[in-house]
Amino acid sequence: MDNKKRTNEWKRHGVQAVWALLTNSYLLGFAQGKIYKGKLKNLCVPGLNCYSCPGAVGACPIGAMQAVIGSWNFKFAFYVAGFLMFVGALMGRFVCGWLCPFGLVQDLLHKIPFFRKIDTFQGDKLLRKLKYVILLVFVVLLPMFLVDIMGQGAPYFCKLICPAGTLEGGIPLVLLNQTLRGAVGWLYAWKNVLLLITVFLSVLIYRPFCKYICPLGAVYSVFNPISVFRYRVDKDKCTGCKACAKVCRMQVDPTKNANHPECIRCGACKKACPVKAIR
Amino acid sequence: MRDFLRAPRGGICLAVVGLVMMGWGIFRGELPVVLEKAINICLECIGIG
Repeated sequence: MDNKKRTNEWKRHGVQAVWALLTNSYLLGFAQGKIYKGKLKNLCVPGLNCYSCPGAVGACPIGAMQAVIGSWNFKFAFYVAGFLMFVGALMGRFVCGWLCPFGLVQDLLHKIPFFRKIDTFQGDKLLRKLKYVILLVFVVLLPMFLVDIMGQGAPYFCKLICPAGTLEGGIPLVLLNQTLRGAVGWLYAWKNVLLLITVFLSVLIYRPFCKYICPLGAVYSVFNPISVFRYRVDKDKCTGCKACAKVCRMQVDPTKNANHPECIRCGACKKACPVKAIR
Repeated sequence: MRDFLRAPRGGICLAVVGLVMMGWGIFRGELPVVLEKAINICLECIGIG
């Protein structure tokens, strides 16, 4: 990758970092080991950003969806589902590539040198369907049906899987808050193990959480083919050199499907195209 | 702007449907549930609850 392309990738990381800072700008929370309690938290953020992060000023859409589905009086989250539909229909997985703090973390981890990086492997395509199963089972069905005597379901994805919650909320809060430190147990250990696995895999594989696990990416991927912001390949200009497919780390071939559900709109294909056929 | 106008109508329609759903969710009182969850430390999310 030449210097120009590398600079452009850092431009994207700059946008990701600015967005992560904006949506986690309650710096007092980091100083006091507490979280923001203002009305801004009525609003969801588009990316995966734990609302128990000390700096978070918005609500995580996946956490919010489980909270509403799991509440005793609502069994469908129109507000959050509508928000995801609105954002997805406008941008698709552009959110994953540009506006997700946990995506940025994985991007940066993948820059760590390792003797063997893995682009793809046997079963890769099948494993990518796992995120849809996780969305259906852990975000929708379990909070809806596995309820306590009050009729309330827990946020099972957050509780059992989400490494973003551990990284952004669990670790800082436990470090900063003595009361919480005294309450850690097996679940905290389990979630830290999952986080460590995610970190290690992110060094080897480009965005493994986004590819295989993330229910938010699963939602946005459904909208990718029809979203307003989309890629177009000019068939008259395209020479079929496959430079775009070779540079894509989500293993998408834009000449076959420029708006594939796995495309996170990072823009690498556009920059790699020698004839500027992708717009 | 030209690209926006050439965007698939499905995307625009779904964005509008999304806005309507958000409005319906707010109308039927989902927002306080979201807020209550978001302003209290989610023990499940951080691996304690």
